[in-house]
Amino acid sequence: MITIENVRRDYATDVAIGPVDLVIPEGGITALIGPNGAGKSTLLTMAGRLMGMDAGSIAIAGYDVASTKSADLAKIVSILRQENHFVTRLTVRQLVGFGRFPHSKGRLTRADEDIISRSIDFLDLGLLEHRYLDELSGGQRQRAYVAMVLAQDTAVVLLDEPLNNLDMKHAVTMMAQLRRAADELGRTIVIVLHDINFAAHYADHICAMKDGQVVEFGTPAEIMTDDVLTRVFETPVQVIDGPHGPLAVYY
Amino acid sequence: MRERADAVQPAPMRAAAGWFADARARRRYVIALTILIVLSTGFGIGLLAWDNPMPFGTSGFWRIAELRFTNVLVMIIVAVCQAVATVSFQTVATNRIVTPSILGFESLYRAVQTSSVYLFGIAGLVAMQGLLQFGIQIAVMVALAMLLYGWLLTGRYANLQIMLLIGIVIGGGLGAVATFMQRLLTPSEFDVLAARLFGNISNADASYLPLAVPLCVVASALLWMRARRLNVMALGADTANALGVNHRRELMITLFLVAVLMATSTALVGPMTFLGFLVATLAYQFAGSDDHRLVFPVAVLTAFTILSGAYFVMRNIFYAQGVVSIIIELVGGVVFLIVILRKGRL
Repeated sequence: MITIENVRRDYATDVAIGPVDLVIPEGGITALIGPNGAGKSTLLTMAGRLMGMDAGSIAIAGYDVASTKSADLAKIVSILRQENHFVTRLTVRQLVGFGRFPHSKGRLTRADEDIISRSIDFLDLGLLEHRYLDELSGGQRQRAYVAMVLAQDTAVVLLDEPLNNLDMKHAVTMMAQLRRAADELGRTIVIVLHDINFAAHYADHICAMKDGQVVEFGTPAEIMTDDVLTRVFETPVQVIDGPHGPLAVYY
Repeated sequence: MRERADAVQPAPMRAAAGWFADARARRRYVIALTILIVLSTGFGIGLLAWDNPMPFGTSGFWRIAELRFTNVLVMIIVAVCQAVATVSFQTVATNRIVTPSILGFESLYRAVQTSSVYLFGIAGLVAMQGLLQFGIQIAVMVALAMLLYGWLLTGRYANLQIMLLIGIVIGGGLGAVATFMQRLLTPSEFDVLAARLFGNISNADASYLPLAVPLCVVASALLWMRARRLNVMALGADTANALGVNHRRELMITLFLVAVLMATSTALVGPMTFLGFLVATLAYQFAGSDDHRLVFPVAVLTAFTILSGAYFVMRNIFYAQGVVSIIIELVGGVVFLIVILRKGRL
């Protein structure tokens, strides 16, 4: 679904991301994990064509992200970055409505309104839809952004650390909703995660990055071993059997 | 309109994702728009007809009204230019407290005017008048602005903040040069120059209008047609790109149109530093919505109401029409502070 070939981005003579070669399969959730500065967000941002690359190519569903028109790409791939701050004062519904822009160019039709309603309901925001974003808690706002990305109705959804600033309950709810989006709506979701246990439980594939390289790619069962995690995170990690699958313990 | 369509359908009723948060916001907008239309029409007619020495309906009356109409037309142009340019500029800069004046148009205008007096005396200022010179002034201002944008926005470290900072530095530099030259002028030359350095509707020459009107109409119409894309641009570069809007291209187009509008207004009547800023801030307050298709009309009407209102009062009550722009800046500053203090945020 996403084919990354020989992608490189240089920051300084001795700091670079890549070269990365990776194929992210269609469907399900793929989690990008790794220590800080491993290049997870950079890779995701390049795949979402928000950042240029210095070499290599990325294709999503056969469309090259560098040469395909941005407006066409917006119907295939949606991306949510970590920092979202808008000067515009928007209600939840207006924000989610922007997700339809690639399709409607700002003229919302009845079909668009239906999709907006469904996305809002999917993220459980029905009661909040006419509240302004600045009146919401961080968790609710984060859900509104995800609803906007879902309303874009793209096959591929890229999310950069959507669990940031979320407490335990909201993080679990968010992951469960993303799992449903992958299963029920058939989306291919690529997500940058910091918590390895979340990745192990909710993702279908885990891609481990370190120093700008992909060092491991596999199913959670393949990645969740003492040996692999200790190597990737450069800190002693022990994997134990939990009630819902393997758990990494690192403290 | 969309809600009416919904009412026809038996399907589940849900308020649409329109630009009004609720029916109250819609009512508020309509009321604000109506008040502004009434005020601006009132002041417009007042300027044409008030204190007209000839009896109404005579040919003399119409001749005087016609002469005054030039002034009103200039006000309309300035109102459209300043309002549309400032709202668009704030959107693409994703900052509601900047103004396109920051890009150095006004300092450039001051420097050009001052150096022509400095180098050629009062005759130099006279030589600066004329349709061709007016066109050249606009072209130079737009070219300078585009050079700055093109250079700063296409590099790898393209950054709007750096561009604004450089604009301020260039503006400050030109201002310092102009001030230095002003020190060396004779008092009589300085007096003539000073009159041109304050924004004043009477600065405008009717012979400029054949160029100023089309520039203003075309540039603001193009921005109006881009209003929906501007709504997306307001969400910032990443979100705009993610939604399929080519941010850099859209930024360059918008800044070009803003430059044309600001250059037209500045070359026509001189610097109006605070007007656009005041108008944009008030327009967002009045409109109660951030959709550009709703904000643009409110902003233009607000600008015209302020300009024509200040002009009408100064001319017919205080007999001091020369100080209109000073009054606008004074009143504007106070209103702006009140708005900020009441709202507690920008």
